[in-house]
Amino acid sequence: MAEAQNIPVGSTTAGSIAVAAESTVATRMSAPPSFDVADFPVPHGREEEWRFTPLERLRGLHDGTAVATGNGVKVEVKAPEGVTVEAVGRDDARLGKAGTPVDRVAAQAYSAFEKAGVVTVPKETVLTEPIRISVHGEGGTAFGHQVIELGAFAEAVVVIDHTGDAVLAANVDYLLGDGAKLTVVSVQDWDEKAVHVAQHNALVGRDASFKSVVVTFGGDVVRLHPRVRYAGPGGEAELFGLYFTDQGQHQEHRLLVDHNVPHCKSNVVYKGALQGEDAHAVWIGDVLIEAKAEGTDTYEMNRNLVLTDGARVDSVPNLEIETGEIVGAGHASATGRFDDEQLFYLMARGIPEHEARRLVVRGFFAELVQQIGLPDIEERLIAKIEEELEAAVA
Amino acid sequence: MATLEIRDLHVTVEADNATKEILKGVDLTVKQGETHAIMGPNGSGKSTLAYSLAGHPKYTITGGTVTLDGEDVLEMSVDERARAGLFLAMQYPVEVPGVSVSNFLRTSATAIRGEAPKLRTWVKEVREAMERLNMDPAFAERNVNEGFSGGEKKRHEILQLELLKPKMAILDETDSGLDVDALRVVSEGVNRVRETGEVGTLLITHYTRILRYIKPDFVHVFSAGRIVESGGAELADKLENEGYEAYAKLDGVDTKGGVSA
Repeated sequence: MAEAQNIPVGSTTAGSIAVAAESTVATRMSAPPSFDVADFPVPHGREEEWRFTPLERLRGLHDGTAVATGNGVKVEVKAPEGVTVEAVGRDDARLGKAGTPVDRVAAQAYSAFEKAGVVTVPKETVLTEPIRISVHGEGGTAFGHQVIELGAFAEAVVVIDHTGDAVLAANVDYLLGDGAKLTVVSVQDWDEKAVHVAQHNALVGRDASFKSVVVTFGGDVVRLHPRVRYAGPGGEAELFGLYFTDQGQHQEHRLLVDHNVPHCKSNVVYKGALQGEDAHAVWIGDVLIEAKAEGTDTYEMNRNLVLTDGARVDSVPNLEIETGEIVGAGHASATGRFDDEQLFYLMARGIPEHEARRLVVRGFFAELVQQIGLPDIEERLIAKIEEELEAAVA
Repeated sequence: MATLEIRDLHVTVEADNATKEILKGVDLTVKQGETHAIMGPNGSGKSTLAYSLAGHPKYTITGGTVTLDGEDVLEMSVDERARAGLFLAMQYPVEVPGVSVSNFLRTSATAIRGEAPKLRTWVKEVREAMERLNMDPAFAERNVNEGFSGGEKKRHEILQLELLKPKMAILDETDSGLDVDALRVVSEGVNRVRETGEVGTLLITHYTRILRYIKPDFVHVFSAGRIVESGGAELADKLENEGYEAYAKLDGVDTKGGVSA
């Protein structure tokens, strides 16, 4: 029996707060952002942005050998009345407006997609029903681009569901007009062989609110890169994430909040549970407060709960501050383990083993789940967490 | 009347790639309503006895029997033992991240009682038990043992004792690390449970101090993995004056059978 300890053997937590004249968040990347895949060298795995990723499991998405097949993913959009759903070519001006690919796979996705999806909520339209986008993998390889645009003062909830089996590289752009409110829930509930690499770019308008909920359960490799910039002051971004990393899975969430405008807020909370041999979760949280971004208020946090031996967590928060004229800035990262001593304690109070594990994991995620603010999504997440736990017990 | 019977209990532990026998034939009978103090020097095996009874997987039972009302305790899993009526107040209660005290207590009470306590009466029950132990109501919203002081951890253990109402309570060095005020509050909690006459208490301690607050019916001296002398409360006074030196010499001597009660 292992002795009680707070930091599991297979975990790293390294944080930094840098007060810099020049951003190292940008210079840490191997190449400047570009829409052209040819501008990025093929990664070999030692680059800062790739060092945690098992390149050999990316099925060629990173080195140009992955080619789109006819049976990639089937995308279905169900949208309430008033919403426009289009398929457009790459010359459409709305594409890439929220952000530019920052690594080779994102640029590969941009260079290789055939048609991009654009979902538009006109200005001042307040939706009462969510827009549902189903991305179902049919066993092949696909490159995608999706734009979701909200006009000024529009309000919408978008649920993007990833299921099935696929090798998918994609860019997703969120464009929020002034005063718009967008909540996006992206669920990665893939079958076990799927590979999913995506960059999410949010451009938050003046006084707009962006809430992103990223939920990753499935897949062999999932590597997501949510990025936020602001188009005007008064913008708010809440980035919530929840992942449950099982045996052999690699789940990587890399975030960047670029406070490039004064008087904006950001709050990042990602929580993950891991169980099984070679379960690997990576969380990188970059927050950049540029010199002109006075009045910024930001906080980022990552918590991991390691349920069994053999799992590994790498958690790296980075906060870079170029101005002292801010409201607040902070970060936290912690990885703890549910160990045999905790199990003994709970069981010594009459609680059966499976119930003890459930109690701990539910408690761990509960606070985060409650912040989502969408009851049907919350219920589904709790059910899914229970399912993951049942699978582990069996 | 509930009875805990320990007969010729032998327990080993794996340490440094070697098997070490810690308990070398423990005999003890504890009946409902009785309080037995087990006293002994560090390393004599007192805590091993406590954790072995609760079923901690670190310890291997190599001989002997333990029964509660005739039921074989050693065959039961840890949670089954608790549901059968055994309670271990731990010396070092562990932190359980993400689980609030209130959620933990209710889940535990539900498991022990076999049904969820009615919410309204339960809230009152918990609040009153916490008041008696001088615990701030905000305590219920904290995570189990996370950031608790030594005194808070022990109060939390005794709170569970009061709420779970076991047949047999094993208190493992509940007095260690407590100042006099905390010791008094915790002892009063134990005494409230004892006064019901429905619990048998096995009080494991290194010091006689706690026995000024909790009067034992029987005192047993533990040395080198077994009980080497048993007597009434007066035996504690002898230990207070003479210490454990006299018993250290008995190591290796066959003292089996020196058990009362």
